[in-house]
Amino acid sequence: MAHPSQLGLQDAASPVMEELLHFHDHALMIVLLISTLVLYIIVSMVSTKLTNKYILDSQEIEIVWTILPAVILILIALPSLRILYLMDEINDPHLTIKAMGHQWYWSYEYTDYEDLGFDSYMVPTQDLVPGQFRLLETDHRMVVPMESPIRVLVSAEDVLHSWAVPALGVKMDAVPGRLNQTAFIVSRPGVFYGQCSEICGANHSFMPIVVEAVPLVHFENWSSLMLEDA
Amino acid sequence: MAEDIKGKLERYRTAPFDSRFPNTNQTKNCWQNYLDYHRCQKSLESKGVDVAPCDWYKRVYKTLCPISWVEKWDGQRDDGTFPGKI
Repeated sequence: MAHPSQLGLQDAASPVMEELLHFHDHALMIVLLISTLVLYIIVSMVSTKLTNKYILDSQEIEIVWTILPAVILILIALPSLRILYLMDEINDPHLTIKAMGHQWYWSYEYTDYEDLGFDSYMVPTQDLVPGQFRLLETDHRMVVPMESPIRVLVSAEDVLHSWAVPALGVKMDAVPGRLNQTAFIVSRPGVFYGQCSEICGANHSFMPIVVEAVPLVHFENWSSLMLEDA
Repeated sequence: MAEDIKGKLERYRTAPFDSRFPNTNQTKNCWQNYLDYHRCQKSLESKGVDVAPCDWYKRVYKTLCPISWVEKWDGQRDDGTFPGKI
């Protein structure tokens, strides 16, 4: 999850997010290098006492500062398109979960075998126990088996919402009457937080998402327990 | 053919990739399987044949379609106001 005074992205918990993280480092480095260069040139131009009244044209530098930016753009575009196509690969999911957005909570449905459905409300601040995170914890988490391809179908029952988990590199809009598909693999066990990402009324900031990735055996135990409780 | 479907149903994990619906919007995938199940059931029942092969469509639409949508459509079918052609 995010921690105080965090500057960068959260640690990746899925292969796609790892790629996005490295791409972000690559693109940001290019941006910082160019900005530093430009700033240096501006400062040196402004602070010099030299004046040159005789430059009329300069074919060579014009060629360099046309070709070089084009090359830099290609160096950004190639990894970007690689990731885009990687995200577009055909998946063979092991499990399908439906995430339905409501005002103001999410509900999750696991209907591959039995009809398991439950709501996930934010834990109010006054009900938190020490160690829990304010505005991020929920009463029921979306539990998934780790290292398995998961398909999530996102929709909404009332207004627009958006289902996002930054650590997994996932965000998908929840549109009433429409079923939007996204997929991910969680590489490591853990608890990953997200928040509703489309303005949806008074409590838009208070309907978080919590994904808990566990080994398959624990997932099977959890789903049996949830079915009994229902 | 019925044995193939039975085998597929026994090995069922989740709805497989359907090349008719390759993109993000899976609304039609859910709708189509719901229709296909009820059409299959209606036509096989009218012929007096075992309806077991239709169960594939049922598993797929149960996987894909939100429970509230299925309940709404079931209610509409009972009322005779279902918008699809079965």
